[in-house]
Amino acid sequence: MPRKHHPKVVTANDLLEGDVVYRTAAGSWSSDLRAAVLIEDPEQASTELALAQSEPAMVVGIYLADMERGPDGTPQPVHFREAFRATGPSNYAHGKQAGLR
Amino acid sequence: MYTYSEFDTAFLAERNRQFRAQVARRISGNLTEDEFKPLRLMNGLYLQLHAYMLRVAIPYGSLNSAQMDKLAELADRWDKGYGHFTTRQNIQYNWPKLNDIPDMLDALAEVGLHAIQTSGNTIRNVTADHFAGAAADELADPRPYAELLRQWSTDHPEFQFLPRKFKIAVSGSPNDRAVTKAHDIGLRMRRKEGELGFEVIVGGGLGRTPMIGKVIRDFLPLSDLLPYAEAIVHVYNRLGRRDNKYKARIKIMVHEHGIEDVRALVEEAFTHIKPEFAGADTLLAQIKTRFRAPDLRPHETQAFDTAYRRDPVFRAWADTNLAPHRNADHAIVTVSIKAHGQTPGDATSAQMRVLADLARKYGYDELRISHEQNVILPHVAKADLPAVHAALLAAGLGTANVGLASDIIACPGMDYCALATARSIPVAQDIATRVEALRLEHAVGPLKIKISGCINACGHHHVGHIGILGLDRGGVETYQITLGGDATEAAAIGQRTGPGFSYEEIVPAIERLLKAYLDLRESEDELFIDAVQRVGHAPFKAALYPTEAHADAA
Repeated sequence: MPRKHHPKVVTANDLLEGDVVYRTAAGSWSSDLRAAVLIEDPEQASTELALAQSEPAMVVGIYLADMERGPDGTPQPVHFREAFRATGPSNYAHGKQAGLR
Repeated sequence: MYTYSEFDTAFLAERNRQFRAQVARRISGNLTEDEFKPLRLMNGLYLQLHAYMLRVAIPYGSLNSAQMDKLAELADRWDKGYGHFTTRQNIQYNWPKLNDIPDMLDALAEVGLHAIQTSGNTIRNVTADHFAGAAADELADPRPYAELLRQWSTDHPEFQFLPRKFKIAVSGSPNDRAVTKAHDIGLRMRRKEGELGFEVIVGGGLGRTPMIGKVIRDFLPLSDLLPYAEAIVHVYNRLGRRDNKYKARIKIMVHEHGIEDVRALVEEAFTHIKPEFAGADTLLAQIKTRFRAPDLRPHETQAFDTAYRRDPVFRAWADTNLAPHRNADHAIVTVSIKAHGQTPGDATSAQMRVLADLARKYGYDELRISHEQNVILPHVAKADLPAVHAALLAAGLGTANVGLASDIIACPGMDYCALATARSIPVAQDIATRVEALRLEHAVGPLKIKISGCINACGHHHVGHIGILGLDRGGVETYQITLGGDATEAAAIGQRTGPGFSYEEIVPAIERLLKAYLDLRESEDELFIDAVQRVGHAPFKAALYPTEAHADAA
C-alpha cells in the first residue's frame, strides 16, 4: 500500500536557542507550530525546503515534517515525535508547553 | 581526592579559549553546521530535540563539594535549575543556549571540570566503580588508573577520529559495580601470586548488537596499563570498520576477527609500544599522591545503633541505601535520586547544594555519581548517619529504594533525545509510582529495571533483570521486555519475552511480572534474577501474555 501523503511544514532548531522552529508563510521562523505554513503540494514543499536551506543559517537541521490539517486549519503533528517537538518534554513543563495556552 | 596540576589547568583554559572562538565563528556564519558539529561534539555539546544539551564529564564519577556546588550554579545560571546524572557518570544540562556554553565551560574549569570528549568518536569519560576508594571488598582504589587513562586519552593525537566512540570502565573490586563486561575495554583488578594486576576485557557493549566482553589478557601488570590500552586502541583504529556506523564498534571487530587474532595483534603492537611508555610509572606514582584517601576519624557507632533500633524510617533507609565501608565504623551512603514519580537521575540545584553540604560536613568532602544515576557519599561515620538521613529527607533525597524496583535506570528518551524512538522517563516514573502505591518493592526485594528509549541502549536495558526497550512501531510507542540480564561480574544479556506492549500497557505488564515472581519464588531469599534462572521464561510469559497462554491451553 502506498504511504499516505501528508501536508508538510518546514522545521528546524534555532541556532542560538536550540528551540524548535517552524517556517512561516512570510519566510521567517516561529517557535509556534500554529504559525507554520502548511504545504499541501509535495513539489512546493521541496522548493520551500531548498529555499530555507539556501539562506544564511540561523537555524540548524532543516527538514520537512508530516502534518495534518487540524479543525482550525493549523498544522497537527502526525507522528508523536513531532508532537513532543511542538510541545516539550512530558516530565516537566519546561518546553513550549510553558508558553502555550 | 584528585586535584589538578598547573598543566591540567592551563590545558583546560586553552581548550576553552579555542572553543569560545569556534562558537563565535559559528554564530557569525564563518563555520557551517557541518564544520562546527564535530567541534561542538568533542566539547560535549549536542543539539537535542528541544534545545542544546551540554554533557559534562565527571571523571570516574568523583566529585568534591566545590565541584557539586558549581554544577548547581550552572543549573541555576544557565539552565532550568536542575541537572541529569547519566549512566556514564556524566551530568547533562538540557536547556543551555549556544551563546552561554563558553561561559559555562569556563565556570566548570574553575573547579577542574570539563566536557571534553564526552561525545564524538573518541575515548570517552573513563568510568569506575562508584564505591571506589571506600568499598570493603576493594583490592585497591581504581581511580588513579582511571585518571592515568584520562590523561593519556585526552587529546590523544592518534585517537581523535576513531571508527566510533570508545568507552573504558575500571573496577578495583571482585564484585563488578562498573559493568566492565559491557565496555569497549573493561578493567577488573585482581590479585595473582600476591601481585595486583588487571583482567583486561575487550569488545563488550550494548546498543543494537549487545555483546559481553571477552578476556584478552587474564592478568596485566598494573605498570603495563597504558601501553596495553594504547595497543588495543591502536589495533582498533586500524582494523575497526569505518564503512558502516552500526558495525564500527570494537565489539564487532572482536566478533568478526575473533578474540585470538585480535589478541595476537594487540600483543604484537604492545611489544613495540611498551618501550615508549617508560615514564608512565612515575606519572602513576604522582597521580596516586593526589588521590590521598581521607584520614578517617574513629567513631562510636552507638548513635547509629540506637536510631536503627528506634526509627523504622531510618532502618528501612539504612537497610537499602547503605553499603559496607572498608572501615567498619563508617558506611557508604547511596543517596537515591529516584524519589517515586520523579525523573531518574534528575537533581535540583538545591538538592545538589544539600549533597555538597553533607559531603563537607560529614563526608570528608567526597561525592561519587553512580552509573545507576544515584549520588554516593562514600565515607560517612555511622554515628553521623541519623543526621545525614534527616537532612536528606528534608531535601526530598531520603527515598529508601536503592537496588529495588523503583531504583530504575532510564535514559532521557524521546522527552529530550534526538535519537530516541520512544519515551523512557514517564515509563520509569509510572512504574515507580505504581510499585509504591501497591507497597510492592520491599516484598519483591533486589531488582534491576533498566529502560532505554531506543536501540542504542543508554539505559542499559540489555543487562537489566527486567529490561524495557522503547521503539517506534508504525508511529506508535511500543515497549519490548527482556528478562534475565545481569550487569555484574556474572554479566548476561537479557532475552526478549515476546511481542511488545503499548505505552498504556507497559506498566501493568511489569506489575504482572513482579506478582508472578512473588507467586513462584521458593522463598523470600530467592531473588528475582535467581527465580528467572531457575524457572526460565515460561511462567513470566504466561503472566505477560495471559490471553495467549489461555489460547495455547485451549
